[in-house]
Amino acid sequence: MRNLRLLVRQIRYENRAFWRNPAAAFFTFAFPLIFMFVFQAIFGDQIEGNGLTAAAFFTPAIVAFSIVNACFTSLAMTTVAVREEGILKRVRGTPLPAWVYLSARICHSVLVGLLLVVVVSAFGALVYNVAFPWDQVPVLILVLLLGSACFCALGLAISGLVPNERAAPAIVNAIILPLLFISDIFVRIPPDNLLAKVGDIFPVRHFAVALQGIWTPALDGPLDPMDLVWIAGWAVLGLVLALRLFRWEPRV
Amino acid sequence: MSAIVVEQLRKSYGELEAIKGIDLTVNEGEIFALLGPNGAGKTTTVEILEGYRERTSGTVSVFGFDPALRPEQMRARIGIVLQSAGVETYLTVAEVVDLYRGYYPKPRDRDEVLRLVGLDDRPTVRVGKLSGGQRRRLDVAVGICGNPDLLFLDEPTTGFDPGARRHAWATIRGLRDEGKTILLTTHFMDEAQALADRIAIMRAGTVVALGTIDEIQAGRDSSSRIRFEVSAEKTPPAHLVPTDARHGEHGYELWSNKPVDLLHRLTGWALEADVELANLSVSRPSLEDTYLELTGEAAEQTASE
Repeated sequence: MRNLRLLVRQIRYENRAFWRNPAAAFFTFAFPLIFMFVFQAIFGDQIEGNGLTAAAFFTPAIVAFSIVNACFTSLAMTTVAVREEGILKRVRGTPLPAWVYLSARICHSVLVGLLLVVVVSAFGALVYNVAFPWDQVPVLILVLLLGSACFCALGLAISGLVPNERAAPAIVNAIILPLLFISDIFVRIPPDNLLAKVGDIFPVRHFAVALQGIWTPALDGPLDPMDLVWIAGWAVLGLVLALRLFRWEPRV
Repeated sequence: MSAIVVEQLRKSYGELEAIKGIDLTVNEGEIFALLGPNGAGKTTTVEILEGYRERTSGTVSVFGFDPALRPEQMRARIGIVLQSAGVETYLTVAEVVDLYRGYYPKPRDRDEVLRLVGLDDRPTVRVGKLSGGQRRRLDVAVGICGNPDLLFLDEPTTGFDPGARRHAWATIRGLRDEGKTILLTTHFMDEAQALADRIAIMRAGTVVALGTIDEIQAGRDSSSRIRFEVSAEKTPPAHLVPTDARHGEHGYELWSNKPVDLLHRLTGWALEADVELANLSVSRPSLEDTYLELTGEAAEQTASE
């Protein structure tokens, strides 16, 4: 009970610090919207001549991107930063249980991700007329939480491999950007394409395809539970890797 | 009662033996200073006590707990001020202190903490806007905000101006007067001299001296140092002052177990020969002299001169 109270308190402090950096907070939210806007402008109204607009593809794709960005990219980079600044080491010397501190950081990332999902969905619905899947909200929440868990675990695992703060953007982007391109996020890749098959090894494409199944089943059919199994598998792997690789102290 | 007991502590990093079997006891309610050059093993020792490092062998106890297990009850009773550790840049001074106070079962009042470290005039300033010295005070504030029974201070006054140092010393003494135990590492001999009830001097992974400063000084060479200067043409006779006692251009430095006797003869010669003994001084070796001798730094310094 005391730990739960500490967790809520820790999340509130994380949140306060997050919004105190308005530039970072603004671009966290503007980033996915800029992508949506640019992609819609580039790819126009039609894809594959099946009557679907590009926005019908990009809305769920950018929803997936939002979660990946908040849970994997941002969490990995900020974790390296707080580790190298010595904040993790300092916290570890207090009676606060380590899991409470880490859970607070994870919860905050997930909350930011979910807030982004709301913003992107609303943007898609209001600006590009992409209907929000109101009939599938429970499944949608399940998929989003599963994806968040998977990418948070992988983000924490990767943070352990990054030697210092300056190397973080280079390493994290080198991992995630190619994946985003072959995972139906920035460009649509038909399922039988070789790149799609490579992308299918990793969790990002399964996550994007699962969200497309919820938003736009006309594209590649409805949600396939196998995608969720695959994401769950990566979540477990991510957790195992995070437990092995996570480090509390600065490298230097 | 002992706050810390260390017996035959060893720590190896691969082939390198950083701590070579040391014994230490820190009593409750005392300020204990750990001195030694960089690489002597101070930080490794302290980090083992804080629960950051695991030891290779030996026994260690902090309030009866094994720090390697990092029990929550132990962490609730200690405060740690690391040499360099960040805090959340976007929170204010008061928010940071409150955040960390919340981790402890019986924290100290926030305003009292800020007053103790001298930040009571800046509670609403963001951490990112603090000066280096103010950041260091905030480190101390975070270290003491849980009202710990044992406080680890790793070079707490580095970067302080003389006034801020005096203030920090007063704060540390005040904590001791409340019955708290303080383990301090420092490079400053005057800091150890001003604060420490007992000290340990480390060198190359071993403790080379342990006790009160007086005890350590008494156990060493008890001779006094006599220094004076004379003008070039008036050299003192060799039976009084050996020629290797030259110290600087016109100066001499002598060590004697019977300073009164030597001074009597020296001043007698000076009166007779009508020589002025400029800057005449008699002193006991300082802690710094003892430290340099014990850590072998004195020899290196002379060799490099």
